[in-house]
Amino acid sequence: MLGLAFFALFVAAWAVATLGGFVSATFLADPVTMLKDGWLLLTRFGFLHDIGVTVWRVVGGFALAALVAVPVGIVMGAYKPVEALLEPFVSFARYLPASAFVPLLILWAGIGELQKLLVIFIGSVFQLVLMVAVAVGSTRRDLVEAAYTLGSNERSVVRRVLLPANAPDIAEILRLVLGWAWTYVIVAELIGSSSGIGHMIIDSQSLLATGQMIFGIIVIGLIGLVSDFAFKAGNRALFPWRLA
Amino acid sequence: MSAKLLVENVSRVFPGVRGGEPVTALQPTHLTVGENDFITLLGPSGCGKSTLLRIVAGLDRPTTGRVLLDGREVAGPGPERGMVFQSYTLFPWLTVAQNIAYGLVERGVPEAQRRETVAHYLDRMGLSGFAEHWPKQLSGGMQQRVAIARALANDPAILLLDEPFGALDNQTRALMQELLLSIWERDRKTVLFVTHDIEEAIFLASRVLVMTARPGRIKAEVPVDLPHPRGYRMKTSPEFTALKARLTEEIRAEAVLAAAEH
Ligand SMILES: Nc1ncnc2c1ncn2[C@@H]1O[C@H](COP(=O)(O)OP(=O)(O)O)[C@@H](O)[C@H]1O
Ligand SMILES: [Mg+2]
Repeated sequence: MLGLAFFALFVAAWAVATLGGFVSATFLADPVTMLKDGWLLLTRFGFLHDIGVTVWRVVGGFALAALVAVPVGIVMGAYKPVEALLEPFVSFARYLPASAFVPLLILWAGIGELQKLLVIFIGSVFQLVLMVAVAVGSTRRDLVEAAYTLGSNERSVVRRVLLPANAPDIAEILRLVLGWAWTYVIVAELIGSSSGIGHMIIDSQSLLATGQMIFGIIVIGLIGLVSDFAFKAGNRALFPWRLA
Repeated sequence: MSAKLLVENVSRVFPGVRGGEPVTALQPTHLTVGENDFITLLGPSGCGKSTLLRIVAGLDRPTTGRVLLDGREVAGPGPERGMVFQSYTLFPWLTVAQNIAYGLVERGVPEAQRRETVAHYLDRMGLSGFAEHWPKQLSGGMQQRVAIARALANDPAILLLDEPFGALDNQTRALMQELLLSIWERDRKTVLFVTHDIEEAIFLASRVLVMTARPGRIKAEVPVDLPHPRGYRMKTSPEFTALKARLTEEIRAEAVLAAAEH
């Protein structure tokens, strides 16, 4: 409720600043214009298609990254030698900014979908590996020991203890990094793209259509909010033992 | 008395952390546990009780010596040495029933038989009606009952308990002692039980082993010839009180030593 109130306050301040004439319409559209522009975008300029393309890119690139990173992270967290082998490289790679790869990836993979997916993949995969490894590495030692005294071997400790014990944390990590993946996709779309929310925003810039740009940004925020919500609901349903 | 468990010359020295002195946690220790024995290991905290028990469980390696169970040398942890920890170690993502069945699943026991064993231990531990609860929903005493059931479901050759009731309030602790004892009186499962509580050590044991302050070793062995079945009233009997006085003397000297060291 309080959260909603702040949203309202924010919009009100924005409306006062723009409709009250404190800020020139060239730089910042007012909320009403923004909504009108948004409506036009959706009904006339096929913005829904752009949204779909962007969502697809994020989900695709992120799913690929998760598919690679979660198993690698678990193995890294579970086996010290593997961690010793990979940790330095992953820590280094984590600091490589995904956006800096955009020009390079355009050279390698053109400006097609593969390039967009790769940007998101590179931006997410190292973060995921490291965070999953840390979570798995800090599994309660006594639970692992209890499993051994109950007859588990190393493999079944991974499968029956490390995995379920950390599943909620891993889901939370995915939620967090998915949020970051959204910033990479927009960067990828700002450069060398013919569709997507980022492309629409850069197009609107050349037309000085700040209403459209703001609408695009707000749509990104809304999608993020919805996916966050879905993740949290999913976690509640999947891990009831956490709440009990 | 046939030797079920043999601890031969077992000692443990922990390497010093960050260039510090190595810590001798356990001096060379000999220990024989007979079939159907209920042994309690009594000693002040920090004297190496957990270290010894963890070595028997196979969770830690001795610096010298070896442990034999039924004549075979212990090389690592295994289900024939069931362990109950002081910390609550139920798997939080499994229900009570699934926790108890953990080892059975590991051994590939068929579902129907699993269910039967689980029901049996739920009943014996007074946990019927809690099968589908999450560990989080249980009190500490209940969690430890499930932990005992989980270890017993594997039908281990020996049950190892490391201050399992240490975190419980006095009333719950007393009830748990009676419950554990009643199970032992029926099955005569070999038990090695670690505690720093004198009364608990006497009440449960057929033999109490007293350990010295760190670095620990076994300094006295006190047989407890109180008849079974034992009830809480026994704790006020003259025989019990005499044993308690004697063990208090033994332990006091060590506690004083341990306190002086810190
Ligand atoms: N992993 C370890 N590394 C270093 N020292 C340890 C370790 N485990 C136990 N110790 C030390 O060994 C001594 C005995 O510990 P422990 O067996 O836990 O005692 P108790 O269970 O009787 O309280 C303590 O002084 C403790 O600090
Ligand atoms: Mg201890």
